[in-house]
Amino acid sequence: MYRVIMREQIVPNIHRLIIESEYVPRNARAGEFLVVRVDEAGERIPLNLVDWDERSVSTVFMEVGTSTRKLAQLKAGDSIATLAGPLGKPTEEIAEKHVLCIGGCYGIAALLPVIRMFKNKGNHVTTIIEARSRSMLYWQDQLSKYSDEFHEMTRDGSRGRRGHVNDFIMDYLKDNKVDMVYAQGCTYLTYLTSESTRGSGIKTIVGLNPIMVDATGMCGVCRVIVNGETKFGCVDGPEFDGHQVEWQNLLNRRRIYIREEVYSLSYYECETYG
Amino acid sequence: MASKIIPEKTPMREQPPHERVRNFDEVPHGYNDEEAKREASRCLQCKRPACVQGCPVEIDIPGFIGLIAQSDHAGAIKRLKEKNVLPAVCGRVCPQEEQCEKLCVLAKKYQPVAIGRLERFAADREMSAGSTAVPAPVSRTGKKVAVIGSGPGGLTVAGDLVQFGHQITIFEALHKPGGVLVYGIPEFRLPKAIVYREVDYLIKQGVKLVLDFIVGKTATIDQLLEDFDAVYIGTGAGLPWFMNIPGENLNGVYSANEYLTRSNLMRAYLFPTYDTPIARGKNVAVVGGGNVAMDCARTALRLDAEHVYLVYRRTRAEMPSRVEEVHHAEQEGIEFMFLHNPVKYDGDEEGRVCKATCQKMVLGEPDSSGRRRPVPTDEFVDLDVDTVVVSIGNGPNPLIPQVTSDLKAGKWGNIEVDAKTGKTSKKACWAGGDVVRGGATVILAMGDARIAARSMHDYLTTGAW
Ligand SMILES: Cc1cc2nc3c(=O)[nH]c(=O)nc-3n(C[C@H](O)[C@H](O)[C@H](O)COP(=O)(O)OP(=O)(O)OC[C@H]3O[C@@H](n4cnc5c(N)ncnc54)[C@H](O)[C@@H]3O)c2cc1C
Ligand SMILES: Cc1cc2nc3c(=O)[nH]c(=O)nc-3n(C[C@H](O)[C@H](O)[C@H](O)COP(=O)(O)OP(=O)(O)OC[C@H]3O[C@@H](n4cnc5c(N)ncnc54)[C@H](O)[C@@H]3O)c2cc1C
Ligand code: SF4
Ligand code: SF4
Ligand code: FES
Repeated sequence: MYRVIMREQIVPNIHRLIIESEYVPRNARAGEFLVVRVDEAGERIPLNLVDWDERSVSTVFMEVGTSTRKLAQLKAGDSIATLAGPLGKPTEEIAEKHVLCIGGCYGIAALLPVIRMFKNKGNHVTTIIEARSRSMLYWQDQLSKYSDEFHEMTRDGSRGRRGHVNDFIMDYLKDNKVDMVYAQGCTYLTYLTSESTRGSGIKTIVGLNPIMVDATGMCGVCRVIVNGETKFGCVDGPEFDGHQVEWQNLLNRRRIYIREEVYSLSYYECETYG
Repeated sequence: MASKIIPEKTPMREQPPHERVRNFDEVPHGYNDEEAKREASRCLQCKRPACVQGCPVEIDIPGFIGLIAQSDHAGAIKRLKEKNVLPAVCGRVCPQEEQCEKLCVLAKKYQPVAIGRLERFAADREMSAGSTAVPAPVSRTGKKVAVIGSGPGGLTVAGDLVQFGHQITIFEALHKPGGVLVYGIPEFRLPKAIVYREVDYLIKQGVKLVLDFIVGKTATIDQLLEDFDAVYIGTGAGLPWFMNIPGENLNGVYSANEYLTRSNLMRAYLFPTYDTPIARGKNVAVVGGGNVAMDCARTALRLDAEHVYLVYRRTRAEMPSRVEEVHHAEQEGIEFMFLHNPVKYDGDEEGRVCKATCQKMVLGEPDSSGRRRPVPTDEFVDLDVDTVVVSIGNGPNPLIPQVTSDLKAGKWGNIEVDAKTGKTSKKACWAGGDVVRGGATVILAMGDARIAARSMHDYLTTGAW
């Protein structure tokens, strides 16, 4: 059992969770992820590693289904059944380049360790965070600390530029020389980001979120097609070159259990709230 | 004497097929005292027992069977455990017909002695008696050993080395110990309680178990060696192979590992009480012909499938599965499609598999394995399916060889060892079981572990590599 140090809601539906961990911090690197399982009946779900110190790891998650709903009920002092990591390949380190980093929903937090690493390597870091509306944007202070340029945008225009990231990126690339683009967040955001740089051919690394079970390379449910080859997201990724990802297949595979997920959540809510 | 021989094995009572396909409870019930005694009395107590040659860990077979015949159950289990720390497991899952029972003298004219069933009986008898004596603590050597992986191999190494007085820590990647015994082999064939009981027994002896620890990521072997004197790598063959045919990434196409892990480890058969889902397909194709394929097919039936097709490219005679599994699968209504091999899958408008196109095969000349090679014909058949489980084998997980200095692995990722000692190319590191052999058997993994444990003990006491 792993003790919860704190859990707080940052913005509606998005929570920060800090868990005690004896072993995970030692080798933790930017771009890696954790697997958590809330209780004995729980699923193993992957969540990005957002921060860590000697005795704890933290992650930020969005409430979407049963497991994240359960996580959102945790209080300091509670325990969860499984915490494993760090998993996946860390973000490839580059130095002294201009990197454009984009984060949306939980991916805003997932950017933190990555831009910190980029910044420490002497890169020029431009960060864009995006959300539906201003109430869903968060962590501006922490992220701008590691960014040379910092931008916010919203789909409804309530803060920063209005619209989708792809428009922002394309405009930005007209006026600026960028060596690499990096994106974290939902599949739609990483897809739009990749499409917006396809024409210019700028290297675009995206964190993908295929469905996982073990997250150690043992089951293959996380397979994604990259450059025509089947890769396992958990061990070969989760970051891949967005121009080589077969998006249709990824979007399709993310929906494998949609019916069951909806059923599971309504079952959980009935059991919990009567 | 010969006139008194009972030609057939004492039958084992089991759940009738129509009932058991609706539950995940164990299929055979095991012998009672009387049945065991009767079966044990069939053994001729050979002076030079051929059966022992067939057992990879050389159990004293006439010895333990003789004790059962005398109703000395405590003696029987003690005799078994001298050579095999997991008799309740091996009695159930060993391919006896290829090993001990194959060489039993009775098998020349009659059915062999049911060695596996008797082994299971002795172990279950001890469990139901409730008391398992924990060996008295031995004097500590002060040496620390890290065992990576808690499959049958890792558990055996831990059991042997703790007896020598070393301090053992098992590191397991998953959230439950047992390896394939827990995540792969279904409850209806090997109840998990049996495995957990064996693990508890090790813990009572002072073995430390660390779950959720992925060696190579959480800490590397080189990092472990800062704290431990020796390391055993028993990480198994967990990397699922696919066929790389069109449509294999459609929704509803599973690897056997995913299918079984969801059902067994995550208990998806109890969804939604347990949170992990699994497809409850109506028409399921399982591709392959080994134990793993059989387990998937029988799991699919228990998840309410109406038709389960077992698509295998050779014939019944070449199936690597245990005979009992094929027999049980057949009784339960699995539809065998021998001499068929899938070549592509098609999906519906939602991206779910709906059709498997299979090529008909014929048998040609024997290949390197001695089995006749399947040769494709130009005939094809289409199967309407909503779930496919690809069960064509697994390779060793590449993680550890990739990140460990000086550790040599072969072309398929198998860690290379010296067969006589289990030593790898890396100082203070041993390996055995499926990570060395590729997908093999429980008892071979345990045999490897035994050999390595002895060599590790030598190293820990003398310091000589
Ligand atoms: C490598 C990796 C890192 C991840 N990091 C994070 C992270 O840091 N924070 C975080 O909140 N999530 C992260 N995810 C996604 C997270 O694992 C899922 O959101 C989680 O498994 C959902 O579990 P659930 O039981 O709550 O919902 P489910 O019941 O599994 O899903 C409920 C509904 O939400 C949809 N859904 C599920 N996951 C997502 C998603 N990621 N994006 C959009 N819709 C989704 C489903 O399709 C379904 O309709 C990551 C995924 C991967 C593979
Ligand atoms: C479905 C199925 C049915 C089978 N049926 C039979 C049968 O009837 N009879 C039979 O004899 N054999 C059978 N086998 C084969 C048998 O189970 C294996 O040969 C045997 O389990 C191998 O044992 P092992 O100890 O080498 O590894 P495994 O049992 O594979 O255990 C390895 C363990 O190591 C862990 N691990 C892996 N990597 C790491 C890491 N980096 N860090 C920490 N831990 C790690 C894994 O999670 C796993 O728990 C079957 C196999 C399967 C899959
Ligand atoms: S361990 Fe396996 S091979 Fe050996 S006697 Fe028992 S059942 Fe037979
Ligand atoms: S060969 Fe058969 S009959 Fe002879 S000792 Fe072994 S089990 Fe008994
Ligand atoms: S999640 Fe199972 S192999 Fe990646």
